[in-house]
Amino acid sequence: MSTDQTSDSAPLRARKDDKADGFTYVGRSVTINRPRHELFAFWRDFQNLSTFMENIEAIEFTGPDRAVWTVRAPAGTEVQFETEIVDIVDDTSITWRSTPDSPIKTEGRVTFADAPGNRGTIVTADIGYTPPAGDLGRVVAKLFMAEPNIQARHELKRFKMLMEAGEIATPINHRN
Amino acid sequence: MRALTWHGINDVRVDTVPDPEIINPRDAILRITSTAICGSDLHLYDGVIPGMKQGDVLGHEFMGIVEEVGPNSSLEVGQRVVVPFTISCGHCFFCQQQQFSACDNGNPVENQDASEKLYGHAMGAAFGYSHLTGGYAGGQAEYVRVPFSDVGPIVIPDGLDDEQVLFLSDILPTGWMAAENAGIGPDDTVAVWGCGPVGLFAVQSAMIMGAAQVIAIDHHPHRLELAARFGARTINFEQTHVDEALMEMTGGLGPDAVIDAVGMEAHGFALDNVVDAVKQKVGVGADRGHALRQAILAVRKGGRVSVPGVYGGMLDKWPLGAMMEKGLELRSGQTHVQRYTRDLLERIQRGEIDSTFLISHCLPLEEAPTGYKNFRDKQNEWTKVVLRPH
Ligand SMILES: [Zn+2]
Ligand SMILES: [Zn+2]
Repeated sequence: MSTDQTSDSAPLRARKDDKADGFTYVGRSVTINRPRHELFAFWRDFQNLSTFMENIEAIEFTGPDRAVWTVRAPAGTEVQFETEIVDIVDDTSITWRSTPDSPIKTEGRVTFADAPGNRGTIVTADIGYTPPAGDLGRVVAKLFMAEPNIQARHELKRFKMLMEAGEIATPINHRN
Repeated sequence: MRALTWHGINDVRVDTVPDPEIINPRDAILRITSTAICGSDLHLYDGVIPGMKQGDVLGHEFMGIVEEVGPNSSLEVGQRVVVPFTISCGHCFFCQQQQFSACDNGNPVENQDASEKLYGHAMGAAFGYSHLTGGYAGGQAEYVRVPFSDVGPIVIPDGLDDEQVLFLSDILPTGWMAAENAGIGPDDTVAVWGCGPVGLFAVQSAMIMGAAQVIAIDHHPHRLELAARFGARTINFEQTHVDEALMEMTGGLGPDAVIDAVGMEAHGFALDNVVDAVKQKVGVGADRGHALRQAILAVRKGGRVSVPGVYGGMLDKWPLGAMMEKGLELRSGQTHVQRYTRDLLERIQRGEIDSTFLISHCLPLEEAPTGYKNFRDKQNEWTKVVLRPH
């Protein structure tokens, strides 16, 4: 995926024009007060992702590095897409993209880097997507585009809470 | 259970609501024995803090008996604890720096968005203090759910009454941190605006920290008298020009440090205050800042400004020139309660700090609405209200 810089050092997702190669990019960095290896290992076990990604309904593995994601969309609808891992650098990054047959075109990378001092690890997600046309396109547009950054931001913060505090904060006072 | 709930401006009621339950592994449920109305609860009562919803349970100063614990709580059923108003995870960067009120993980992610836009960073979490700080139910109730119960609550040894330790949850450490932020040294004069609970604890703390002179400023004679009991000199701003008096009482130098324990609902009829009050009423997120402006003008060159008073929105006519030209230091912030509770508990046990002098009224929870009304309208007599749910 393209995260190349142009005329400054800012990441692509912070640029005023956040489109490149036909993709729209969203993303976020969080600093998590845990060792890099631990965070990488938790993320690498993709089944763990549904513990902090609230919209994931199911993850079904279709090959060693391929998975079909069922994601809840607004108004009780669901969206499915298939991804494959294109690159893994241990304790550093995981890069994926949608398979050619997937109805949604998306690619993403999560990187893990040591934070300065003893602040832990900087985890950065960059996710690019192109909404498909037609009815599905409208659902996906709602899913991603209403506030494209909110979802990425919320999920990374939940990941941070789970890793640092061992639980995800909620004001809820009653079970169910 | 019965709980004090918010229904709108000047409208709080005691309602029946469902009992809280353990949700997360580090939770505990407390049976509340004592809870206080805080000066900052009046900002909610007056409707100047956004993010309140009908039916929200208020209260962020409370203590009680542990009734039930989650698997990762370090508390035990039956322990008697005081709970800090700040909900802090204990493990993030900020908690590790002891900046507990800045905790990254207490405020649920959905509730972080608004303050992230407003302040550039999401606020930390607190009990019973609007959805901006997490939307947690507060402790002016029979029971409360306490998240991260392994880091916040402090277990109270036998032999201490509720009245002696209740204020460890907020106003006592808040007054202490206000004095600490004023960087008090032995030859210093410290001026404190506001002799409400926080101001009075700031006066007491400044004395313990060794200030040569503490000057307390208010307009309620009884509150000034309470400050004088701790050895403070006093200025009644209805009778005296505060700025002139401070200069004369410091030999023309000005106080070395100033503490604004008033906050955004400063009273009084100074011109800037009236303008601010109008703006606050028309709802543009504005604060009233007469006390703070006066403090910044009064403090000596190179002095320190400490702001424990609660501000929520924007303030204009900020004396930035005075700030820069006089070379002032400004320190502020919601209290990092967990940083101070152990030390302050020991000081209470040694008899060094008296926290009971403040309590003017103890009421059953059912009478909480009367408590709110009088705490706001009769500030001279109703200096601090404690509610007893059980
Ligand atoms: Zn308070
Ligand atoms: Zn924390």
